[in-house]
Amino acid sequence: MCGIVGLFLKDRSLEPQLGALLSDMLITMTDRGPDSAGIAIYGAPAPGKTKITLQSATPGPDFTKLEGALAEVGLRASVTVKNTHAVLEVDAGQGEETRAALARLRPGIRVMGSGDSVEIYKETGLPKDVVSRFDVRSMGGTHGIGHTRMATESAVTTLGAHPFSTGADQCLVHNGSLSNHNNLRRELVREGMIFETQNDSEVAAAYLTAEMAKGKDLGQALESALDDLDGFFTFVVGTKSGFGVVRDPIACKPAVMAETDQYVAFGSEYRALVNLPGIEKARVWEPEPATVYFWDHEKAA
Amino acid sequence: MPVIDLAITPLRDLNSALHAIPQGSNDIAFEVVNPRGSHAVAVGIDAPVTVDVKGSVGYYCAGMNDGGSVTVHGSAGPGVAENMMSGKVVIEGDASQYAGATGRGGLLVIKGNAASRCGISMKGIDIVVHGSIGHMSAFMGQSGHLVVLGDAGEALGDSLYEAKLFVRGTVKSLGSDCMEKEMRPEHLTKLAELFEMAGITGVRPEEFKRYGSARKLYNFNIDNADAY
Repeated sequence: MCGIVGLFLKDRSLEPQLGALLSDMLITMTDRGPDSAGIAIYGAPAPGKTKITLQSATPGPDFTKLEGALAEVGLRASVTVKNTHAVLEVDAGQGEETRAALARLRPGIRVMGSGDSVEIYKETGLPKDVVSRFDVRSMGGTHGIGHTRMATESAVTTLGAHPFSTGADQCLVHNGSLSNHNNLRRELVREGMIFETQNDSEVAAAYLTAEMAKGKDLGQALESALDDLDGFFTFVVGTKSGFGVVRDPIACKPAVMAETDQYVAFGSEYRALVNLPGIEKARVWEPEPATVYFWDHEKAA
Repeated sequence: MPVIDLAITPLRDLNSALHAIPQGSNDIAFEVVNPRGSHAVAVGIDAPVTVDVKGSVGYYCAGMNDGGSVTVHGSAGPGVAENMMSGKVVIEGDASQYAGATGRGGLLVIKGNAASRCGISMKGIDIVVHGSIGHMSAFMGQSGHLVVLGDAGEALGDSLYEAKLFVRGTVKSLGSDCMEKEMRPEHLTKLAELFEMAGITGVRPEEFKRYGSARKLYNFNIDNADAY
């Protein structure tokens, strides 16, 4: 089944509440998928810095003295540990070098995502536990997406949790199941994409990353996905400044959207939206099948 | 009139109360507040009760309704009035997928739009939609009437049996074995009757087109093997 939520704020005064609003939306969707939960939040970028969200099954040894270990190989980083995750801030342009160093120095560490503004927290377990472990409620930001998983296509693991991030500041949550993900994965591997799981949703994320690398914007990449992805899907995706939604042409996976002057919100069910401010007066609708919906802060500005 | 606040009262208590109404009871008007998208609100009614739901509901509202009159003053999630036997369900807002699916009788009125698969496998229910309906509506519809004042999405009436479909607006495409049919006097009369039951005024039956089964697919014929 899976439950997905998304919130894209238009009104800056709501930004400090983003984490709290998204947490409530996600917890409401717990009964659609109790296996794992995850959330991606787009916060304020630090000028000249890149954020890398890390996860470790042994956070004690892996994160302790990580700053010093990186400094020894000439990399300046600040580390903020949150439970099993840590957010590394490095100088922009040193992201790739840092990831390579991490693989050498701390092979147990997994990279959940990276970019100017995105932070990704995901673990197995119930949404209420996941959001409290990472103190998601206290986080602010411009937009974010979340997912609570009922596993169908791959194992219940931290890496199998959503959101999937396969490019800088890009992430995707998926409700459904793809039928051509193995073929597509082979093609994407040939194009140089690297996969961490056997999960079909990771293929969708990597597909969009590959399309955007060819110069498409998120909206155009989602249009292509309608031609190239086979199976059932409702996707909610985030980029540094954008927020997109698309459903397959059969559209049997549920989706409800709401828009006010203050925000655009997505939920698998209307229940997820009922606590949002002004929802009573929002325009609420069900996204059409095979139709791309896309908002962008930069384009709106 | 009992007012049930779903913010306080468990859903099961509401449905149990609706099921426990004795024959001849006068206390048969319920109001439900704070539904907040709850699933399975007012399902399994089998008495002539009236239920006014003040807000939007989730999955399967008023399912299996037999003789009740349920009004949702908001929108409804997937599967509203699924398998209705008799009675009336009115949705003031929009309805999600498969509204009125497999319904055997009664009247479903949707004042907004209905999404995909509206009236799928309908078996005698009458459905009146003021707005538009999505794709694959009335798929395998067996009997009953689907009236749409707006437009219909793709593959209307695919693999249709004997349900009668009336659409005032455009039809994006007809499904397999569905065809436009002549509007005969008895159909105009039936439409006028459905308008009256659904409280529709200012619309003339002549504005509608009728669609039904070409009857080539549902009796097995080896010449049609490619179409299956």
